Amino acid sequence: MQILEVKGVNKRFGGLQALNDVNLSVSEGAIHAIIGPNGAGKSTLLNCFIGRLNPDSGSVTFNGNSLLGMKPHEINQVGVSRVFQTPEIFVDLTVLENVMIPALAHRDGAFKLNPFRRMRQETDMRDKAIDVLEDIGLEDKLDMTASSMSRGDKRRLEMAMGLVQDPKLLLLDEPTAGMSRADTNNTIDVLKHIGDSRGITMVIIEHDMHVVFSLADKISVLAQGTVIVEDVPGNIKGNPKVQEAYLGTAN
Amino acid sequence: MNNSKYSDAALLLFFIIMVVAGPFILAPFGGSYPDLLQKFAIFGIFAIGFNILFGLTGYLSFGHAVFLGVGSYGAVWMFKLLSYNVLPALVMAVVVAGFFSVVIGYISLRRSGIYFSILTLAFAQMMFNVAYSVATPITNGETGLQIYNDDPQWLQGADSPLTTNLFGLKMNEVFWRPEFFGFEAQFNVGYYFCAFFLVIAFYLALRITRSPFGMMLRAIKTNQNRLSFTGVSTRPYMLAAFVISGMYAGLAGGLWACMDPLAGAERMQWTASGEVVLMTILGGAGTMLGPVLGAGFIKYFEAIFSKINDQVLHSWFAFMPDGMENFMVAIVHPFVGKGWHLTLGLLFMMIVIFLPGGLIGGLTSLGRVLTGRGRKSKG
Repeated sequence: MQILEVKGVNKRFGGLQALNDVNLSVSEGAIHAIIGPNGAGKSTLLNCFIGRLNPDSGSVTFNGNSLLGMKPHEINQVGVSRVFQTPEIFVDLTVLENVMIPALAHRDGAFKLNPFRRMRQETDMRDKAIDVLEDIGLEDKLDMTASSMSRGDKRRLEMAMGLVQDPKLLLLDEPTAGMSRADTNNTIDVLKHIGDSRGITMVIIEHDMHVVFSLADKISVLAQGTVIVEDVPGNIKGNPKVQEAYLGTAN
Repeated sequence: MNNSKYSDAALLLFFIIMVVAGPFILAPFGGSYPDLLQKFAIFGIFAIGFNILFGLTGYLSFGHAVFLGVGSYGAVWMFKLLSYNVLPALVMAVVVAGFFSVVIGYISLRRSGIYFSILTLAFAQMMFNVAYSVATPITNGETGLQIYNDDPQWLQGADSPLTTNLFGLKMNEVFWRPEFFGFEAQFNVGYYFCAFFLVIAFYLALRITRSPFGMMLRAIKTNQNRLSFTGVSTRPYMLAAFVISGMYAGLAGGLWACMDPLAGAERMQWTASGEVVLMTILGGAGTMLGPVLGAGFIKYFEAIFSKINDQVLHSWFAFMPDGMENFMVAIVHPFVGKGWHLTLGLLFMMIVIFLPGGLIGGLTSLGRVLTGRGRKSKG
């Protein structure tokens, strides 16, 4: 079953056609990677999924409902969570609070007026948050203020914030950018483990081919705003179109 | 998160003791008289409420005095129409302030940052001018709203007191005047009535801060954009915080009218809105005790410095040779009496520059230096 379907999406910024008739479909439970050279339109496409940008034309359908025109919090509430490329965490709050916020938002909906409920009554959400933080390897930093974490840990925290919501679809924007090789491998293991154990559908935008080929079930190659190939990893490497997009035409 | 249960209980207990012992504590500083004590409690409530908005969410309202003002008007109208009983007046004050904060908050919260502050300031100035001129039938304009002999007071009993009271217990009554280290401490009904609400206001603010709702508000302050991508609709949270703090201000305004059944438009002027901002920042925005401390600090210095006149100054410098004495008086003169705002401004600048965490932040670091160990939690 296709959980996310993108049909004929166009987006123009002034004179630049950032997305040109993009078609994409993501099957439920799959890890789908979107790769492509710099400026291919990967981030623009992702921003169209989460309500940051509205495409000029085309449709983005999630579980049969259009995501276009929905507000960011509404898109999240239907089950699409996003992990940001540059960590966007709540820097003044603790690691545990950072993860409990999305957990509470998932349970309570977009707004709940409960000013007299005690935070320490939320043991279920606390346990759930700690569970995810254990998966991701941050369980010994629960009470640390998020701003004082290393960059790698902040990115892991970002991921935990997405995962704790048990999303139907998790969007990851370059989850390993700027990470050391060891951290990258660790992240691959975590994502694999989560993909297997929780059965979360993921769309990953990635530069690092090592990451893409270790994780993805399916790959879409984006170049100059268009999907040029969509195939399983084994068929991507040898594809002449892909080589052309990355290396340029051999003269 | 788990140990906060005990430290919060300790904090509340400490707060209650300080409030109850207020007349004793302030006696040696010459602050133990009803008018000043009541102001401490009233502006403490105002600042606690303001801190729920500003301290938690970071949204700086420059028009919060509006809610205090409409609260006062609402309360005085209850005195005029019903009776001198303070309870209906307080209920009305909170309801009216709540209504106005829903309307003003709904519109102002369409923008954030500096634009939000400017919108609230614009509303405050509008409301001030309306109260001062257009709405004279309701506010009695320049003179201020007060109680006249021909007011209906439908529920006023024949033998109930002709002053604000709680079922006969007069607010202005001083029931005990003990000597305390050579100073007189005045125990006043009105102060303890306000103090009761101050303690409740403090307790509720503590509960709000420690709730999931409070955590969402703190998340708004840190990264509102991220919060919306986390599935939270931030505007209703903001509006709820705005209305709660508006109702706190209304309660403060109502209590002020209960202590002295008058209401004037100047209570809504932008300087009054600015004052609560100063109180909160001076004491320590985002802390529990800070706003109350800041309110007390400003009200105390207002009372003390504004009372110093040239005569007092001359007596201070009487030991100096005549020329020197006059010179010193001339130098200090602009900083006291009517010019006490100059002193306040200087103090405020020094605190903001040298104690970025406000008075509470300063006390916390002082405590850390004295005890020689890092203490994580602070009031």
